[in-house]
Amino acid sequence: MAGHDAVSPLRQPLVTKDRKYGEVTQDILGQIEGKPNKIWFVALAISSAVLLMGFLAVAYQIKTGIGTWGLNKTIGWAFDITNFVFWVGIGHAGTLISAILLLFRQKWRTSVNRAAEAMTIFAVMCAGVFPLIHMGRPWLAHWVFPYPNTRQLWVNFRSPLLWDVFAISTYFTVSAVFWYIGMIPDFASLRDRAEEGSIKKMIYSALSLSWTGSNRAWHRYEILCLILAGLAAPLVVSVHTIVSMDFATSVIPGWHTTIFPPYFVAGAVFSGFAMVLTLLIITRKVMNFEHYITMGHIEAMCKVIILTGMMVGLAYMTEFFTAWYSGNPYEKYVFMNRATGPYAWAYWTMVSCNVISPHFLWFKKIRTNLVAVFILSIVVNIGMWFERFVIIVTSLHRDYLPSSWAMYTPTKIEIMTLLGSFGLFFTMFLLFVRFLPTINVAEVKTVIKFARKK
Amino acid sequence: MDVKDKRFLLGIFDDDHDIMAAVGHLRESQVEVFDCYTPFPIHGMDDAMGIKRSRLPIVTFFAGLAGVSLALGVQYWISAVDWPVNVGGKSFNSFPAFIPVAFELTVLFGALFTVLAFILRSKLCPITKPAIAHKRQTDDKFVLAIEAKDAALNEEMIRGILSKHHASEIHFSEGSTW
Repeated sequence: MAGHDAVSPLRQPLVTKDRKYGEVTQDILGQIEGKPNKIWFVALAISSAVLLMGFLAVAYQIKTGIGTWGLNKTIGWAFDITNFVFWVGIGHAGTLISAILLLFRQKWRTSVNRAAEAMTIFAVMCAGVFPLIHMGRPWLAHWVFPYPNTRQLWVNFRSPLLWDVFAISTYFTVSAVFWYIGMIPDFASLRDRAEEGSIKKMIYSALSLSWTGSNRAWHRYEILCLILAGLAAPLVVSVHTIVSMDFATSVIPGWHTTIFPPYFVAGAVFSGFAMVLTLLIITRKVMNFEHYITMGHIEAMCKVIILTGMMVGLAYMTEFFTAWYSGNPYEKYVFMNRATGPYAWAYWTMVSCNVISPHFLWFKKIRTNLVAVFILSIVVNIGMWFERFVIIVTSLHRDYLPSSWAMYTPTKIEIMTLLGSFGLFFTMFLLFVRFLPTINVAEVKTVIKFARKK
Repeated sequence: MDVKDKRFLLGIFDDDHDIMAAVGHLRESQVEVFDCYTPFPIHGMDDAMGIKRSRLPIVTFFAGLAGVSLALGVQYWISAVDWPVNVGGKSFNSFPAFIPVAFELTVLFGALFTVLAFILRSKLCPITKPAIAHKRQTDDKFVLAIEAKDAALNEEMIRGILSKHHASEIHFSEGSTW
């Protein structure tokens, strides 16, 4: 957190309003100490209703069996795995902001990292639900872990699906720990602001782990954050790499390709930043954080979206080129079929959302127009959901044997489950902005003097 | 080193630059600074206070080593010794396929044990009452603490240095506040 008082004519202040330390505490923590407003209650009511609907859908399909889905013998993976890959991808932006931007000393991350990390954790929770119900018998979920058992069987360590188990659970654990460690100093502030003897005080005392702000502890704390960032950065790359290997290690045309790991990671960051924008554009407005999450932040994230969007576009082109260059008729067929076959509508939705729409963000006028950025961020997320759908369904629906060719349509239950996962995500996020410090207060205090004369 | 049993001379500051300058000045004058309590980490304070670099990375290294060894050992034992299963004609000790799990466990062990070491070393605990010198030290006040026995050696000079660097309050800690 070097040089927080550097003054340069080229640098813009990170916090756009001149704030004193105490005012920063009040601006951010004051938000969660008061009573929530009506908008929050309405939003929570809607999202928890959607969550309840998803819960009922999941209960129904677990009771009845996954015959309630639109799968058939040819298309054995479709909606459920699409949603899983989509949600895991969303999470990646949070870790990128909290870990990789910390290692790169990008100071602008300070006021958005907490919310982005929260988003990561909730997205991974949503992702985790899908493989669980995909098992069909989720009460046997513990079978995926290697433990000595009366069945005298071990798991297959050569399967990417097992790698997924380790990758996702490590990712969730490390992200959650990193997130909590980041909040300890803010819990201490909340504790010291709470009334003596109140329940709030007790809860925040326990959560703050008796943090005092001792500089000997701060020194260790900063080293710990660097170590966790150093561990989380390769971890996040490994997670979507392993998810992509679920496909890449198979022999299905359109899946069996070495470009998948980098392509999936770029796509994950792309969709994740879009989701961060969707959430933060609303949060900064509702919580009056416009001076902390500034237009500079929005623009910086838009630029990441342009970059990763182009990487995704390059990957689409490379896939096509490789299919043609390989001379493999199955591979060629799959790609031509994606663009011109029965799922062409999904393919072209994906291309227009992911390859074309990010280029609007080259224009400063659009980047600084919140409504436009908000709409584009949703468009990108729709595109990235369709990317996963296209990869999974179009590769499967034309089997090697034309007699097995089939089509896939999601059932109501599957759509309700997808909507339910959004319900879970937004419910968690709404609870987060009410009960936990949405912005890292301690870290923001180190940058309020940045690029500002005393 | 339980702070609650000790008495301290406290200097309360309103600005991070002032407290850091005071720490530097005190240490130049051979006064031992016990600790500083600040709402956020102050850049350069480690050097000013002469804090030795933390050894947490060593914990991470050995925890990671334990994670990778455990993961590779267990995978080898399960797949090649305890119950070898022929999967697609691959060798029982299919080492490359063991790398992803080994990597994940390296990261998991490294992260969890480093956090544990940090919590133990910093004596963080959910049920202890924190030693708070000033109610706003986690908000906008910066507290410099000198042990009373060190302060007694040259109290006048120390008070002088603290006020020279704009300390807003200088007083001895009461037993009850800590």
